[in-house]
Order: sequence, then structure tokens, then C-alpha cells
Amino acid sequence: MELFLHQVLAGLATGGIYACMALAVVMIYQAIDHLNFAQGEMAMFSTFIAWQLIQWGIPYWLAFGLTIVISFAAGVVIERVVLKPIHDAPILSHVVAFIALLAILNSSAGFLWDWTIKSFASPFGSGQFLGQNLLSKHDAGMIGVTILMLVALYLFFRHTRIGLAMRAAAANPESARLAGIRVGWMNALGWGMAAAIGAVAGMLIAPVVFLEPNMMLSILLYGFAGAVVGGLTSPGGAVFGGFSVGVIENLAGTYIPVVGREMKLSIALCIIVAVLCVKPSGLFGRPVVTRV
Amino acid sequence: MILQVDKVDAYYGIGHILHGLSLNVGESEVVALLGRNGAGKTTTMRCIAGLTPPRRGEIRYKGRNIAGVSPHRVSRMGIALVPETRGIFSYLSCYENLAIARRPESRWQLEAVLERFPRLKERLTHKGRELSGGEQQMLAIARALLTGPELLLLDEPSQGLAPLVVSAVMDTIRGLRAERVSMLLVEQNANLALDLADHAYLIETGRLVTKGPARQLRDDENIRRSYLGY
Repeated sequence: MELFLHQVLAGLATGGIYACMALAVVMIYQAIDHLNFAQGEMAMFSTFIAWQLIQWGIPYWLAFGLTIVISFAAGVVIERVVLKPIHDAPILSHVVAFIALLAILNSSAGFLWDWTIKSFASPFGSGQFLGQNLLSKHDAGMIGVTILMLVALYLFFRHTRIGLAMRAAAANPESARLAGIRVGWMNALGWGMAAAIGAVAGMLIAPVVFLEPNMMLSILLYGFAGAVVGGLTSPGGAVFGGFSVGVIENLAGTYIPVVGREMKLSIALCIIVAVLCVKPSGLFGRPVVTRV
Repeated sequence: MILQVDKVDAYYGIGHILHGLSLNVGESEVVALLGRNGAGKTTTMRCIAGLTPPRRGEIRYKGRNIAGVSPHRVSRMGIALVPETRGIFSYLSCYENLAIARRPESRWQLEAVLERFPRLKERLTHKGRELSGGEQQMLAIARALLTGPELLLLDEPSQGLAPLVVSAVMDTIRGLRAERVSMLLVEQNANLALDLADHAYLIETGRLVTKGPARQLRDDENIRRSYLGY
């Protein structure tokens, strides 16, 4: 029973990170109708920025906050400089732009900070938070920070005028324009927020997976799985999906002998395929209806 | 004149929709734009609202050329379009649909608009997609009013509505007319439109066929039979 509880709690901790990535993916999907394949690399780059700031002697939480601000600004700049000019271009142009962004960020990180694996300090310490082996302090911290961020985002989108404008712009850009909303800037804000959420995810998971330019590849895949499970049109669903994938991945790795540690990543792919076969819009997503 | 559309040419891709179309809307005037399906009525509305920028010609609003100005700027200048599709945010609540358009400088504030549309007041917590067609049309008009327009563009406000609901929508438009709101009205139901309008323009395949006082068009049997279908 303790093993089961441990796996569930650890799954919730990593699931929180997947939830963040899933939310970032969904926010961009809602704004431009495409998946941002570079989301993981953006998070990785942000994490390197945090590491660099800490190396320069800036206290952890100050570096954490500064990284969020820098990532937000970078996300806005990426949307304005890279995505805005190709807004009306065919889908393939977007895919190529995302792949280019992924490659540029990945190799730039390797060039700037080299390819060696680096440790990333946890601000929560290394001891146990609950029981002998039930929940580590870092896992508890990850869950706490993730929940805090998700609650803040919920309040922002539900109770602020700009949050409402962002939801309207994502739901029906033409009507939003007619209501006087600057849809282009709402998209840019969405990119900034997605980049900032990714940065938080990267900084929280870095002490677990260690810091290197490819650290977010598998995390992004789990994020995609979470987004598909919850529904690409449902931010709340994506969060639920992220947590679910974290728990399923851990339980499957522990209790299904064939899966083990090595095959855990294929669980994410199996989940994506299964959900797409059974309910393509995800558990909480809405079917996409297009007027022809 | 509050609005002057001057020799406008508009395209969808290579499709040439409007061919040098011109029309005027005076202050506090209701102008009907009539024509068969595909005549270019909705395209004209979209051009004025900034959604489909014209390739040639000028659209002057209070003397300033707004052709090609982005829709959010056109909205903030005082032109509101109630689109043919109603443009409701399906997954936002009725209240959020209204709140998104609120402006402190608007002569229509939320409380007053809800007094005008009591049905919406009862449905504030419902999602846009849960409203009936008539309620959605009311919501679309209410949202347009909240932006504080000096010129209201109404595209097919009676489309797809039951006769009783059409009557309620038309009463609302009559009420706005009494408040001296300038309006450009596109309506398939020519009878209704000519009943409401001061002036009317009749267009076909993006070209002006005739224009004049609404009463004159309504009384012209030739035009009625050839273009208006009654």
C-alpha cells in the first residue's frame, strides 16, 4: 500500500509538470490552432537562463521570478517576430517555423552552456516531506508550486478583463475584433504566458531530470499526452490530463512488469493513440465544428 | 454624412465581389441595403467593419478614410457590426459575452442594455450556445450597443428566427431608430427593411442597381417584382 501511495504521490508531482506543459501547449493551440513543437525547448532554454542567473550569485527565488519575466518577454517577442508574419500562411509553414525554433533553441543552448549534464538545485531541499519514503520535499514543492500557479492562472482567466479578452480572442477571433479586442496582441500574450508556464515547469523538473539541452524532449511528449487526454480545446482538461498521465505512467512502470522504467515513455504514446482512437476531442474537449 | 462608401472594389481571393460600389448613410438615418443572395451585401458590411479590406475605393466615416483600418480600431471609432452569423462566443457565459464589449464611454451601459433586453438578464449565467436563436440575436445586438456605436451595421437580423422573435428584434431596431442611432441594415426580408429604412440601396452582383427613399422603392412595382421578390 505504501508503494502504491508513493507512486501516486510521485506521479502527481511529475504530473504537475506535465500539466504545466500540457497547459502551455493548449494555450498556444487555442491561439493559433497548431501544436508548438518547440514548447519543450523554450522551457529548457528558460531553465538554462535560471541556472545562469543562479551561477552569477542571484538567490534562487529571485532567479526564479526573473526567469519567468524574461521567458514571458521572449514568448511575446517570438510571437511578434516569428509567428505574426506567417499568421495566414499554410499549416506547413507553421510546422517548419516550430521545428526551426526547436533546432535553434536546442543548438543555441548547447553552444552557450555546452552539452554536459548539469545539476540544478532544488529550493525545497532533499529530505522527506511525508512518511519514510512517501513524498520527498522536492515532490511536495513541485505539487505546491504547480497548484499555486494553476490557481493564479484560473483566477486570471476567470476574473480579469484581459483574461476574458484572451479567452474571447481564442474562441472567436473575428467576433473579438468586432468587440474592439486586439487579437494579435492577445495571441502574443498567450505565447508569453505559455513560455512563462514552461519556464516554471522546466525549473521544477530540472533537479529531477538534470539540466541539459535535451532535458525537455520526453517531458513535452508527456505534456502532449496530457493535452490530448484532457482535450486540446480545454485548458482545465489539459491540467487534469497532465496529472493523470503522471500517475498512470508511474503506476504502469511499477505494476506492469513489461513496462518497467525503460518503457515508461511509450506509455505516453500509447495514451495519445488510445485517446485519439476512442475520443479524438479528449475527455473535456469540444468537437471542432467548421462552417463550410 | 456619417458614412460614405465611395467606389469600393472588394475581392475574396481572385473573386471580384464589389464593383465600384458607393453608398451613403446620413446622421440618425436608417439605410437599407437590399439584394439577392450573393449580391455583395455582407461583403459591403465586412468592408466597412474592417474585416474584408477593400482593394480600391474609400470608406469615409465622419470624414476620415477608414478603408483598410483594422476591425478593432473601427470598433473603437464607433462602428459596430452585428454579423449575419451573430458571432456569439459559444463557450462564454451570456454575461461574459456582454462584459467583453463594455466601454465606460458608451452611451449604453450594461444595466440599461439589460433593461432593454430583459430576457438576457434572466439568462446571464447561461453559455452562449445554450441560448435560443432569438436570444443570441438579442445578445449580438446588446453586445454591439455596449461598444457605444454611432453607426450600427445590422446584417440579416431576422435570419432564421421565428415570426414572433423577428417582431421583437424589429421592435428593438425601431427603438434604436427612435433614439436616432444611424444604421445600415442588410435584410433578406425587403418588406421589413423598407418599412424601417429612410433610404434604400438595391445591389446586384456587387453593383448598384438603384437607390432612393425607401417608400419610393417599396412603391415601384417593377423593382419589387424584379429584385425584391414580392
